[in-house]
Amino acid sequence: MTAADELITMTAAQMAQAVAAGEISAAELAAAHLDRIAQTDVHVRAFLHVARETALTAARAVDRRRAAGEPLGPLAGVPLALKDVFTTADMPTTCGSKILAGWQPPYDATVTTRLRAAGVVILGKTNMDEFAMGSSTENSAFGPSRNPWDLGRVPGGSSGGSAAAVAAYQAPLGIGTDTGGSIRQPGAVCGLVGVKPTYGGSSRYGLVAFASSLDTPGPLTRTVLDAALLHEVISGHDPRDSTSLDAPVPPVVAAARAADVAGLRVGVVTELSGEGYASGVLARFGEAVELLEALGAKIAEVSCPHFDYALPAYYLIAPSECSSNLARFDGMRYGLRVGDDGTASAEEVMSLTRAAGFGPEVKRRIMLGAYALSSGYYDAYYGKAQQVRTLIARDFAAAFDQVDVLVSPTTPTTAFPIGERVDDPMAMYLADLCTIPANLAGNAAISVPCGLAPEDGLPVGLQIMAPVLADDRMYRVAAAIEAALDQRRGHPLLAEARGIAAVTGTESEAGR
Amino acid sequence: MSITRDEVAHLARLSRLALTDSELEHFAEQLDVIIGAVARVQEVAAVDIPPTTHAADLSNVFRDDLVVPPLGTQAALAQAPAAEQDRFRVPRILAED
Amino acid sequence: MTQLTTAGDAPGVRVPFDEAVTRYEPVLGLETHVELGTAAKMFCGCPTVFGAEPNSAVCPVCLGLPGSLPVINRAAIEHTIRIGLALHCSIATWCRFARKNYFYPDMPKNFQISQYDEPLCTDGWLDVEVGGRVVRVGIERVHLEEDTGKSLHVGGATGRIQGADYSLVDYNRAGIPLVEVVTKPIPGTGALAPEVARAYVTELRDLLRALGVSDVRMEQGSLRCDVNVSIAPVGSAEWGKRTETKNVNSLRSVERAVRSEIERQAGVLDAGGRVVQETRHFHEETGVTTPGRSKEEAQDYRYFPEPDLVPVAPPAAWVDQIMAALPELPAARRARLAAELGLPESDMAALRNVGALDLVAETVAAGATPEQAKNWWLSELSRVANTTGTELSALAVTPAQVARICALVESGELTNRLARQVLDGVLAGEGSPDEVVAARGLAVVTDSGVLAAAVDAAIAASPEVAGKVRAGKVAAAGALVGAVMKATGGQADAASVRELILQRLGQG
Repeated sequence: MTAADELITMTAAQMAQAVAAGEISAAELAAAHLDRIAQTDVHVRAFLHVARETALTAARAVDRRRAAGEPLGPLAGVPLALKDVFTTADMPTTCGSKILAGWQPPYDATVTTRLRAAGVVILGKTNMDEFAMGSSTENSAFGPSRNPWDLGRVPGGSSGGSAAAVAAYQAPLGIGTDTGGSIRQPGAVCGLVGVKPTYGGSSRYGLVAFASSLDTPGPLTRTVLDAALLHEVISGHDPRDSTSLDAPVPPVVAAARAADVAGLRVGVVTELSGEGYASGVLARFGEAVELLEALGAKIAEVSCPHFDYALPAYYLIAPSECSSNLARFDGMRYGLRVGDDGTASAEEVMSLTRAAGFGPEVKRRIMLGAYALSSGYYDAYYGKAQQVRTLIARDFAAAFDQVDVLVSPTTPTTAFPIGERVDDPMAMYLADLCTIPANLAGNAAISVPCGLAPEDGLPVGLQIMAPVLADDRMYRVAAAIEAALDQRRGHPLLAEARGIAAVTGTESEAGR
Repeated sequence: MSITRDEVAHLARLSRLALTDSELEHFAEQLDVIIGAVARVQEVAAVDIPPTTHAADLSNVFRDDLVVPPLGTQAALAQAPAAEQDRFRVPRILAED
Repeated sequence: MTQLTTAGDAPGVRVPFDEAVTRYEPVLGLETHVELGTAAKMFCGCPTVFGAEPNSAVCPVCLGLPGSLPVINRAAIEHTIRIGLALHCSIATWCRFARKNYFYPDMPKNFQISQYDEPLCTDGWLDVEVGGRVVRVGIERVHLEEDTGKSLHVGGATGRIQGADYSLVDYNRAGIPLVEVVTKPIPGTGALAPEVARAYVTELRDLLRALGVSDVRMEQGSLRCDVNVSIAPVGSAEWGKRTETKNVNSLRSVERAVRSEIERQAGVLDAGGRVVQETRHFHEETGVTTPGRSKEEAQDYRYFPEPDLVPVAPPAAWVDQIMAALPELPAARRARLAAELGLPESDMAALRNVGALDLVAETVAAGATPEQAKNWWLSELSRVANTTGTELSALAVTPAQVARICALVESGELTNRLARQVLDGVLAGEGSPDEVVAARGLAVVTDSGVLAAAVDAAIAASPEVAGKVRAGKVAAAGALVGAVMKATGGQADAASVRELILQRLGQG
């Protein structure tokens, strides 16, 4: 392993420690990752924009602060891949859409601001399904990202770019957004830790909205501790977001360090299993549950009967909100404008711009949302979906009366081949089957790797769901699973990857 | 058939999407399948179930009536596709209503 | 009678108003939008300035930039509750904002954050007085929303939206808090309908000003009315189809728009036609309304609860506190002042019409009698205001100064004529009444020596006249008074002069 390879394969926690101790400079660390991006991104296509100079400048600022003896945060100097759905005053923000190609926002998102304040070095903006609508990044107007485990497969989505970047060692930290599983699902299929914090735990200000009542920013990392460290950096009350919770951030770092499940009551959700789930997924999931029991957890089966209605409810609520949220993209104030020939009316130019600027999935959801909100249909669709939401929240409440956390597979299958589900929306939507309930109820959930499916050698994720503002509980479980599995294998799961996810040119070494 | 091509054309107009005939055709087929699937929410006997519009159970989140410095005209107009006289230039507007 | 030629209008001959209201009974409805006078906008911290450089008072939130989020201005909620309480409404214990979805270039997000089926205030009333009759106008709802930007239409002949080549949009106004006050249908006003409409808007304007929630400058568009009118044959059990005339922007226009719609609709019904339920536009220049663009399909605003905001649930203690702090409202104030001033109802109405009630009250408070104060404000000061085209309240004289002038007249230090000159000086910025008196040397000549000398001189100069007076022809003294007044430069009190002359000539 080269020196650069050693740098980029460290965990974020190790990198921060090394920077703080003066063993490596933040600039060195940033340069190593930027080089890695330069070498590998032609294959992975994780980034839409790489901000080399901006990143190096930010890294050097951390080095100066360290040299001046200023206290550094727990992730200072560590590089990060930021999903291109957060506004950045010094980088374009496109949301994977032609309609925003080249848009330079005049302000930073709260998440961006907090990352910068913590000395985290933003390397660039990552690819995503257009406006976060999708489960594969294939809906990006700028082409799909690829799964570093197998370049013929999707990295999941919509935060697929951030997941691919972290799995390909282009960055140790990634930020995604999770509306129906968009962090946890790419995390699962790329062999990473993906976290959807409690809704309102991390600010949405400057996150370009897909579905306001569901969107949640969160971390994508290679370890549970790294996720917890990043979670604490981006979380906490934000007065600019009316839906932000004015409550202490759950002690997730302490929980990740504790990694102890003795006596914890773990519920296996009956409804999130069975038909439609790949055998390898179910096998690894079953083993993870056994492992938890071996670690001292008490396992119970818990039924959440209304979870069966989560997917249809989600595909009414999210499109409804998106049909309204995306109305602002009309070519009048920013972004693409099409058909302004001096004779066309504003109405015509808006329609031509939106037709040219949005991809098919976005159009489908906008029209579906317009349908669900139309007078005459509202009660039967949007109204019913909101009632389902109540029933799902009640299912969670009842379940959490019996157990401390709930577990399920994160996704029904492993990463699927690029192109397989592109024009089959219903098949694509199934990727979020297990992750959607937590979005509808707003509680916290995490995906942690639990092995490879025997049939395709691809990663499987274990989802752990915790009550609102009990995010620390799921970190405790995820860290325990991670430690036990790493110990059993003798190395992290990602070390088993071939291809790009293996460190360059040292496949045999990395494989061991 | 849960949704017709004409209804899709209406939704496209309502959503300001200039779709071609073949797009309309294709979307109509797909939306028909999707609407058929999501209509399952109607199976839930939801008498006396209040709707949840928001996971976060919050109310009365306000800001104080304090002025903060605005962006400024230049920054406001920086990304405009067309601007004139410090205003956003837009194509002719059909009268409202 | 005017033949209507506007395209899209049903044929019909306008029926003169007086005739129309003998055969048709109108029903009114008014929707009034008022910009609140908060310091910052509804959902962001941008200032709510009028007349600033275009697009200078905007930020990511009110420009609707991707990623931005609204946060409710507490003062806007408080103002709305204040209005609701003053209109005797119930205040919601829990309500939400909703998104009203439609595309329009002056609306940055292509939805307006408004309130739909959960308004902050509902079910109140406002009494208005027309010709001595009190009409209780029911208030359906008072809700809060955000204002839109403003468009400038370029090209075309008129600068109007029709025929323009393109438009220029300024978003400074976008996001200013806007309260909408919606009345219940107002039946039974008959021929008084136009005046009732005007009186309602006037009363509402005065109320809003008294509450301190808005400066209500109609000429700047901070108060805008939509006027709903329907008519039905007198005695009919059902109401007719209503039209909604948009953006009627002065008190006079409110009255004219109602009158015009009654005349037009009567013409349509007389011709056997049917009134179309539609949106219409009022034209200041002609005083008529014309139909808006006919819609391809009915608007479907797809309202749904605004997911970026959380519910508003005003605690009872807050509402009670707002209630307790309500100022005296115009109607109560008028009743109190009428009692205190003791002026006849006709004077009170006149003072209200010219907006001088408060000025008179303040003048009285500063020492003038109600009669004096009323006279000054209704005659001399109204004349000046009319000539200069300003509002009474904007004149460069304070009620205290008017009271001082009254006091100088009362004490005999000024004659009425001199007092008018003093007022001119005050209005011209020459200082306080006393300063003007001193500077211009306007005091009444009261020095008995000076006056006596002038009288003696006048008698000596006109022995013939003096003789007549001595002989008992008292009326002849007028000529001597005139001579004395002339000699003193008009600064003597004519009555005193006359008395003095008669005394000297043995007639006192």
